[in-house]
Amino acid sequence: MASLRDIKNSINSTKKMSQITKAMEMTSAAKWNRGVMNAKAFVPYMEKIQEVTASIAIGAGGVNHPMLQHRPVKKTGYIVMTSDRGLAGAFNSNVIRKVHQTIQSRHQSNDEFAIIAIGRVARDFFVKRGMNVILEIVGVSDQPSFESIKDITSSTVGMFADGTFDELYVYYSHYQSAISQEVTEKKLLPLADLSTSHKLISYEFEPSAEEILEVLLPQYAESLIYGALLDSKASEHAARMTAMRNATDNAQEMIKSYSLKYNRARQAAITQEIAEIVGGAAALE
Amino acid sequence: MKTIKVSVVTPDGPVYDSDVEMVSTKAQSGELGVLPGHIPMVAPLQIGAVRLKKEGKMEFIAVSGGFLEVRPDQVTILAQSAETASHIDVERALRAKERAEQRMREQKAEHIDFRRAELALQRAINRLAVSEKRF
Repeated sequence: MASLRDIKNSINSTKKMSQITKAMEMTSAAKWNRGVMNAKAFVPYMEKIQEVTASIAIGAGGVNHPMLQHRPVKKTGYIVMTSDRGLAGAFNSNVIRKVHQTIQSRHQSNDEFAIIAIGRVARDFFVKRGMNVILEIVGVSDQPSFESIKDITSSTVGMFADGTFDELYVYYSHYQSAISQEVTEKKLLPLADLSTSHKLISYEFEPSAEEILEVLLPQYAESLIYGALLDSKASEHAARMTAMRNATDNAQEMIKSYSLKYNRARQAAITQEIAEIVGGAAALE
Repeated sequence: MKTIKVSVVTPDGPVYDSDVEMVSTKAQSGELGVLPGHIPMVAPLQIGAVRLKKEGKMEFIAVSGGFLEVRPDQVTILAQSAETASHIDVERALRAKERAEQRMREQKAEHIDFRRAELALQRAINRLAVSEKRF
């Protein structure tokens, strides 16, 4: 049986750990709140740009733009969104597993796909396995502004335009609620299924539909990526918050059982001492 | 007087929402004014100021590119970033201006960074102009 001191030490270290996980839970909760707010603030922009893009692309009919056209797929691009740090439960591994499985089942060789890794976890995973990572982004802030990730989105969209890959998927954790996030696959490019629930309006174009699509479509694709990133960030913080809450709960449980052990051991020691004293006194008589 | 609803939305959230009498913007093809009852139209915008006439007074918003979508009763401006005059961080814009000028001195004119710096400079100058409301 462990000595009293050993048990005391484990109680103390578990307590310290639970303090840390508790603190992490609270910071994640704050970040989660902000993350959800950011994702919400983005919705009006997304809806509007989707509506306008759909109206133009469908309404203007007969316009050809490379981003709307399916071309024979020689190479597929995958954007993988994970976090930079772990301790978020199954958040990262879920996304990575899904991507890994998809790539294994769809492709035979490294030349058929290209990975754009966002977040340190995804980068480390795919680089370590020698998979074709063509762009890696680490250190995305917890509340990314559109401006700050402009480089990522525009270079990704640029890669599609210059033929680095012929279709583009994004994998990220879609935020459903604080306790549930779902790995989602979304086809970004070519922009195939544009549709709108609103009534189509026939616009006048200034200067022309082609020129507007030229500017609008890249922006639309960029905002899709940005939207996915916001979604992923909200999920990350929610997942970390839940993971840390569980860790704190488990630590409390452990402290409880250690305390019980400690009290038993202490009582046993006292009983033994009394027995020794009584034994000693009896021997003197 | 007839009014038209204007909303300016950016990826970081809505920036402006109100009814105004007239909207004037700088589209890629030139200055563009919109009054209530305009036919539906879409036009890309330049980096510049959006001027809104509201109750006889002018209000200014700095936009960095984006789109103007017009419907008879509503104007929507979709911009990658936009700030009303009072929300502009003047110091940041000044710093950005200096940085951009510095970069333009270092780079060759045909380099892609030169073009980027040029755009950054335009945005900074636009913000400063809007914050001081001089046009």
